[in-house]
Amino acid sequence: MTRTIVIVGAGQAAAQAIQTLQANEFDGKIALIGDEAYVPYERPPLSKGLLAGEIELEKLFFKKPAYFAEKGIDLRLKTSVTRIERAAKRLKLDDGSTLAYDQLLLATGARVRRISIPGADLSGVHYLRGIDDVLGIRAELAPGKRLVLVGAGYIGLEVAAVANKLGTQVTVLEMMDRVMARVVAPAVSAFYDQVHRAAGVDIRLQTGVVAFEGDGRVTAVVTDKGDRVAADMVIVGIGVVPNVELAKDAGLAVDNGIVVDDCCRTSDPDIFAAGDVTNHPSALMGRNIRLESVQNAVSQGRAAALAMLGKPEPYNEVPWFWSDQYDLKLQIAGLSEPTDEAIVRGDPATRKFSVAYLRDGVFVAINTINMLKDFLPAKKLIAEKRVVDKTKLADPNVSLKEL
Amino acid sequence: MSKIIVTTQKGKTRELKGESGSSLMEILRDADMGVAAICGGVCSCATCHVYINGEWGKKLPPRSEEETDLLKELESYDPSASRLSCQIEFTEELDGLALTVAPEE
Ligand SMILES: Cc1cc2nc3c(=O)[nH]c(=O)nc-3n(C[C@H](O)[C@H](O)[C@H](O)COP(=O)(O)OP(=O)(O)OC[C@H]3O[C@@H](n4cnc5c(N)ncnc54)[C@H](O)[C@@H]3O)c2cc1C
Ligand code: FES
Repeated sequence: MTRTIVIVGAGQAAAQAIQTLQANEFDGKIALIGDEAYVPYERPPLSKGLLAGEIELEKLFFKKPAYFAEKGIDLRLKTSVTRIERAAKRLKLDDGSTLAYDQLLLATGARVRRISIPGADLSGVHYLRGIDDVLGIRAELAPGKRLVLVGAGYIGLEVAAVANKLGTQVTVLEMMDRVMARVVAPAVSAFYDQVHRAAGVDIRLQTGVVAFEGDGRVTAVVTDKGDRVAADMVIVGIGVVPNVELAKDAGLAVDNGIVVDDCCRTSDPDIFAAGDVTNHPSALMGRNIRLESVQNAVSQGRAAALAMLGKPEPYNEVPWFWSDQYDLKLQIAGLSEPTDEAIVRGDPATRKFSVAYLRDGVFVAINTINMLKDFLPAKKLIAEKRVVDKTKLADPNVSLKEL
Repeated sequence: MSKIIVTTQKGKTRELKGESGSSLMEILRDADMGVAAICGGVCSCATCHVYINGEWGKKLPPRSEEETDLLKELESYDPSASRLSCQIEFTEELDGLALTVAPEE
């Protein structure tokens, strides 16, 4: 009898798992269930090229829609899985049907964290996670409009850069004392802060939001300082929460994500999980972590597929990530902590520099800004947990390969 | 029909349909040729590395500084043949282009 693998969630991790199953000539059946209206697509361009109108929607799809039929994949879009019945090894879908599995991959990703303040339901208040969100935002974004962004994470700042270029008046409200505080060093935050301000973006730090005002449609944002910022539209970017409910209801181990081992296996031998939704061991950090990045979704999508094929191979890639704002290419590798020592390579004024992070002398992370040549060698230094010479490290003319 | 000829890491050779307006990376990704292309084509990852076979390299637009900066740091870099497939758009002039997918790093 042929084996059936069912994948829940048609996102980045699912797309990679299918690619790995195909490359390994898996001869069973594959079913892919996704609650969005689209075949698996890339999210990074949502806040970059797609929002800017620089690329077409079709470019986001990993595979052409015809691919799934050609490969005999049972693809069901706009369909959500509501329950896992582990004893019977089948799923309940929201169209009332059931679907049996031999092996199950949970690739349900994460959803945006909603803000719960008065006015949160007004029209003109947006979030950004999927294609439909971008289409909604783009329909309203126009020169001269006033856009308020809640949260100065990298996605918020990418949107700020695009909206600013489109001639929108942008205000960013951020609770923390610096932008992108979760992902970069203070020196890099300061640099991006200055770049956005120079472009005309109004950034207000240490500023919380207490209410959205308007009659049906948002017209102002009230801050915890008592200020009222006029707004034609708002985009809230205050983080995401993993979609763990299915797993939790089914009694799988869940702890800020579905708990998996280094081959993406959950506490049920027939159920696997990959991507934003997992809480997984990090060899680099020596503890469990949850990541929200394409690299993680790809590494784990691949690892989950191999584990399902009975050829488990642990993933242990150095986490990495990128963000594009204006003409600036930011690449991040490794995971830095606030207590790490930060060493700047090059002069931020040239718009081309890196910041390396040392923990007890060990090279643990890097942020590169338009400094592509540092990126791959840094990844290697991080993987090898290399102790490096600080004087050489601070000299941008010394290649990281020579450390 | 225009085509490209691809040799995978496993040594298999296949002919793929070349589509104008698509990058080589997109053509390879669509056909499961084993290019990870993690950054999706924005020249930030070097996981779409290929070797362009024979004289074809000369017909391609030159590498940008960014592409060179990433490529040069790869262990599998070959100055005469290495390219990032996301940085090359397929056009009719490239009908018959032959390439080999580079090892994963
Ligand atoms: C605007 C934006 C910009 C980004 N930029 C970058 C970047 O520059 N670099 C980077 O590395 N990462 C970036 N990311 C993050 C990256 O896109 C994610 O980490 C990645 O998509 C995670 O993949 P995934 O497969 O785990 O989840 P997803 O891609 O989110 O896919 C999960 C899918 O499962 C569906 N689903 C959930 N529950 C169910 C259910 N019960 N039934 C059916 N379907 C279900 C969801 O609707 C979704 O379609 C960005 C994300 C966003 C939103
Ligand atoms: S796909 Fe990332 S550099 Fe080509």
